[in-house]
Amino acid sequence: MASIALNRDNDPGIRSLVTPEGVDLRVRLAPVSERGVALLIDLAIIVGSLIAITLAIGALLTQLKFAETWPAAQIVWMLGFFLLRNFYFTIFECGRRSATPGKRLIGLRVVARDGAALTADAVVARNAMRELELYLPLYFLFARGESIEAWIILAGIVWCGIFVLFPFFNRDRLRAGDFIAGTWVLKAPKQILLVDLTTEKPADAEYAFQPAQLDVYGVKELQVLEQVLRTAEPEAMLAVADQIRAKIGWKTRPSESDRAFLSAYYASLRRRLEQRLLFGKRKRDKHDLS
Amino acid sequence: MDVTLRSLRFRKEREESWRNLEELLDRAERNAPSSLTDDEMLAIPALYRAALSSLSVARATSLDQALIDYLEALSARAYFFVYGARTSLKERAIRFFAIDWPVAVKDIWRETVVAALITFAGALTAYLLVSAEPDWYAAFVSTDMASGRDPSASTEYLRNTLYDKPDGAETLSVFATFLFTHNAQIAIFAFALGFAFCGPTSLLLAYNGCALGAMFAVFASRGLGFEFAGWILIHGVTELLAVILAGAAGLKIGWSIAFPGDESRIAAAERSGRQGAIVIVGVVVMLFIAGLLEGFGRQLINSDALRYTIAAVSAAIWFSYFYRGDRRGLDRP
Repeated sequence: MASIALNRDNDPGIRSLVTPEGVDLRVRLAPVSERGVALLIDLAIIVGSLIAITLAIGALLTQLKFAETWPAAQIVWMLGFFLLRNFYFTIFECGRRSATPGKRLIGLRVVARDGAALTADAVVARNAMRELELYLPLYFLFARGESIEAWIILAGIVWCGIFVLFPFFNRDRLRAGDFIAGTWVLKAPKQILLVDLTTEKPADAEYAFQPAQLDVYGVKELQVLEQVLRTAEPEAMLAVADQIRAKIGWKTRPSESDRAFLSAYYASLRRRLEQRLLFGKRKRDKHDLS
Repeated sequence: MDVTLRSLRFRKEREESWRNLEELLDRAERNAPSSLTDDEMLAIPALYRAALSSLSVARATSLDQALIDYLEALSARAYFFVYGARTSLKERAIRFFAIDWPVAVKDIWRETVVAALITFAGALTAYLLVSAEPDWYAAFVSTDMASGRDPSASTEYLRNTLYDKPDGAETLSVFATFLFTHNAQIAIFAFALGFAFCGPTSLLLAYNGCALGAMFAVFASRGLGFEFAGWILIHGVTELLAVILAGAAGLKIGWSIAFPGDESRIAAAERSGRQGAIVIVGVVVMLFIAGLLEGFGRQLINSDALRYTIAAVSAAIWFSYFYRGDRRGLDRP
């Protein structure tokens, strides 16, 4: 697709998701590291809730008659543990954001791989597999034994490792649950509309660049320049500004700041490249001589 | 301000509708969608399509990467909202019990038969072994689970365990909850283990059968076989069927990954995984019923005849529910 910015074409984390309207949303896979952090947050919430339930029950027991409340307390605790362990993930992922609190915090969401609506059975399937991928390895990790038992535990850990490390061995970073449920986890960044850099300072007559001075760069360089301006690190701006000045043979004026120069050059370059774009010419980078 | 730049002019013109969509999505996701008025709900798909068209235009004409990133994120978010399923919990529950669950269970009947055979093979093996040599008992039933019901116990003691009077209703509910959570956990585990090419699921099913067969052998050796079967079957019909179904769902997954047939491996895994998930949710419901029958029914009902009647009725109900005529017709609107 010609209309897609070049610097993202080779990104291995981009997957195409074509809407029924025919537009490719170019979604981004969530890296394993971010999913791991989200999982840790969720586990912390689960353990925290269990502790809270236990403390609340303990506090109630000291207030009320032990014999009367003890059975109810046991039931609440057992059901609470069961529901948290098995349905915490399922209930949140069935919600409107298709994400647990941990995923929401990191900016991830669960999506059906075919782009259709995420169904409850897919969510149940992907989370039932946690039994194998999460709880069983945890069990083995905390298990203690001697001689032959120790070897069995070790074999168990190695065996579980296959499922734990599953996401590292396929290009879509699917875990076993995603594999059987037909889902994957995508980045769902909070969209923030940044200011358009060309509105920053009007390009006054001082900075009148000649067409030849603009034609040395292409889209790729423009986007690097955009990054530099948005990050606004003085050293990076100085280096880039000097490089551009040398390349286009610009005579630096005494009062000229790097930022002002780069802004003006960015605005002029973007105008020039967008004009060419309207005529169907996309100058990809400085090596593109079309 | 420099608005002669086309891409900037484009952004100025459309920006308000993007912000509008963003704000509606924020509200719809944070609160229930019912917090939006009808007009606002109808506006979302229109604004979503406007955002998509903006994205296409921006990709073709704008070189502002931040703008394209923003529109991609906004469009994706709106896409998931617009095309996400919107059925109420009630509709979903009705459909689940009327169509999805029985159809899914019926679909895996082959695996169900295999899982049942594995369980019974385990039970038979353990029964024969323990009958011949009582020392085998400890290998199949842990001392915790046996709680005194082992080959060295007196016949009188064994009989009492079958007809014990409960202490009070409250401890029964604790017992029922324990049984439910414990069994449901094992069922989900059996399902998940299926992923490893059926092996571990089969072992778990066989082990489940072994414990049953070993205990039966002990009771049968004292002439309590008939009474023990009544004690087990009052809830066992439901519980065993549930565990067998969970195992069958697991077997189905393992089998389709190992032998996907005409489909691609990933498509076969996906289909059996989703089908298995439906089965497993139903299994949790079954185990809840079994927990009630086991915790209350078994301790409160001491007549063998009544226990067998309940077992027979529950078997009839489950089988007619799962395996009666074709429901697929209902599936198509």
